Amino acid sequence: MNKLSSERRYMAIHLPFLPAEWRIADGVAPPESPFALIEKQRGALRIMALSPAATALGLRPGLALADARALVPELPAYPHDPEADRAVLMRAVIACERYTPMVAPDGADALVLDLTGCFQIAGWTQETIADDARSRLARLGLRGRAAHATTPDAALALARFGTRNVEDLPVAALDLGDEAHLALCRAGLRTIGALKSRPRAPLAARFGRDLSARLAGLLGEEDRRITPHRPAGTIRAEYRFAEPLMTVSPLLDVIERLAQRLEGTLAERGAGGRRFDVALFRTDGHVARLTVTCGRPLRDPQAIRGLFAERLESLADPLDPGFGYDMARMVVPLVERLESQQPDLAEEGNARGQPDLAPLIDRLAVRFGPRSISRFQPRDEHLPEYADRAVPPESASAAWPRPEPGEPPLRPLFLYDPPRRVSVVAEVPDGPPRRFVWRGKPYRVVRHEGPERIAYPWWKHPEGRGPTRDYYRVEDETGQRFWLFRHGLYGRENEHPQWYLHGLFA
Amino acid sequence: MGGALGLGVPDVDRWLQGGLRRDGVHEFYAPPDGEGAGASAFALLVGRLICGADLPLIWLRKDRGSRRERPYAPGLAELGIDPDAVFLVGLRDLSDLLVATAESVRHGGAGAVILEIQGRARLLDLTASRRLALAAERSGTAVLLVRRSARPVASAAHTRWQVSAAPSPALPANAPGPPVFDLQLLRQRGGPEGLHVQLEWNREQAVFRTPIYGDPSAVPAGGMADRGRRRAA
Repeated sequence: MNKLSSERRYMAIHLPFLPAEWRIADGVAPPESPFALIEKQRGALRIMALSPAATALGLRPGLALADARALVPELPAYPHDPEADRAVLMRAVIACERYTPMVAPDGADALVLDLTGCFQIAGWTQETIADDARSRLARLGLRGRAAHATTPDAALALARFGTRNVEDLPVAALDLGDEAHLALCRAGLRTIGALKSRPRAPLAARFGRDLSARLAGLLGEEDRRITPHRPAGTIRAEYRFAEPLMTVSPLLDVIERLAQRLEGTLAERGAGGRRFDVALFRTDGHVARLTVTCGRPLRDPQAIRGLFAERLESLADPLDPGFGYDMARMVVPLVERLESQQPDLAEEGNARGQPDLAPLIDRLAVRFGPRSISRFQPRDEHLPEYADRAVPPESASAAWPRPEPGEPPLRPLFLYDPPRRVSVVAEVPDGPPRRFVWRGKPYRVVRHEGPERIAYPWWKHPEGRGPTRDYYRVEDETGQRFWLFRHGLYGRENEHPQWYLHGLFA
Repeated sequence: MGGALGLGVPDVDRWLQGGLRRDGVHEFYAPPDGEGAGASAFALLVGRLICGADLPLIWLRKDRGSRRERPYAPGLAELGIDPDAVFLVGLRDLSDLLVATAESVRHGGAGAVILEIQGRARLLDLTASRRLALAAERSGTAVLLVRRSARPVASAAHTRWQVSAAPSPALPANAPGPPVFDLQLLRQRGGPEGLHVQLEWNREQAVFRTPIYGDPSAVPAGGMADRGRRRAA
């Protein structure tokens, strides 16, 4: 059997006492004493997890609390909280992202790291990573057992069962369920090594097809890639600090340096980043994340620094270095084509009087959110309120219809969306408005033009029908100009058509 | 850039000693009892004149989530302002707006930056407006402050105006005509104040001019119907 994945390297860490240990770390439960975490199941309190001390006394999860107390009287018990356990596991996952961006949780008590290709970059070995990870997890109060292998399945099984070789693993590592497990043991097949030498087809026929797949995974014949907690970018750079950074001020220099390292990679690909993620790893396992997005592809380190400066300034919670940051990573998850610009071309653009607003737009977007800046684009829609739309500022330019020469503005500068109801007095029910009351204030119409009839676009909504709108441009005695419409044709569509104020003219 | 923007009416430009500074701060107050659209429109038109055909115009105002009206691009086009040149910045509160305004002015890429504010706006004090004036001088970008529902307060503005809509010269069949603005020069740094004029915006020639009021009743009947038909087409 040739190993398909011999060049890949995974590390798994099993955290067997995670539910008990975080309670100890939080000061909820006493250290080094036996206690149980229980849940009510079918009317009985059952043990879901145990502290290391309780395990040492021979207790096992699954036991009823009453039975356990027969063995260990007055065994303290706390409610089982899988959600909190999960949150702690995710903290461990995040803390391990310093070694590789490819980290995934596995089950409730383990995590697996894809370390492939990580050794050359960082100058780590698998042993130094395992040691460092164990001591970092210990700071979270967790005791972990690490193991390395060429597949995630094998690494996880080795970590869980604490064996050195895959062949020494018990068949329970196949995780096929109690029945299959028992059957394998009865057949005298107790270890993976024993199974390995057997022909696969009869095994699969007898113990189920899952067995082959699981076995292939453990033996490194099949590589199940892990789905990392956070999708990894291939364009990334890291910076490890000899001394943890205790203040925020040097961070921008670090970010600029990371951007400088990535500049070449991006230039080689003829690309620029549309998004930059920076992760700041704190010595205590906390990770701060900063993200900036820009309207156009970017790779100029100074510009990237500027955007992060904006981001840092606009943080609602300022960064807290605590015990210090000891690593920073920049990932560019989103890239777009960016040709190398010739400097004289750029200058020519300026000479033509078209200055580049893009840096400003990027900064405003980083600071206030990408939706805070927009441009207008025309839409070929019949109802006035749909005739324009807001688009991102980097959208292509659009040509707007030119107004007819000699006509006054026929569309208002401001639109009420939705239109506001007003009460109108007209001389005749289908005539122009004479007076109207808007927010309690009366207006006397001295000039008007209309109606401009805008029908409900029935051709678009064959089933839906809306009233026709009769629009009037009106001017009051002070010179204020309004856009009003009567909703529904009097007598035909509506006995008492409502009036609406739709806009304000200059 | 620098220089002055003449509004196109000789009397007015003489009063302004040549026109509005292109690198200055100008305030346009809407009358407290009006809807205020006129002040915004006038500031936009001044901005349009400063920006010309090449420079973008940045328009900052409170987020569209508010219950106020929203800028309507077809209406901008109808005033002769190319909506394509306008960048709209909608932000949550005044402090964000002031930061973004200062940033936009400092950048220098826009011809004019319009900040539209509703109400008293305590944050926009003398210091804040001085800062804007300095930034405007440095970058050559005009700052146009539109103040709706607000009483004039001390500021570092180069000119301060009260702008309201004025009756338009009627078109045939007593239809509202092109926009006319009633302008009162409340303050001019280093110059006379008290000017009170009415200016009509001529879209085709992109100039302000003194409106000429004719007698709408002299227009033959039926013109209205023709106009209506043409527009409906």
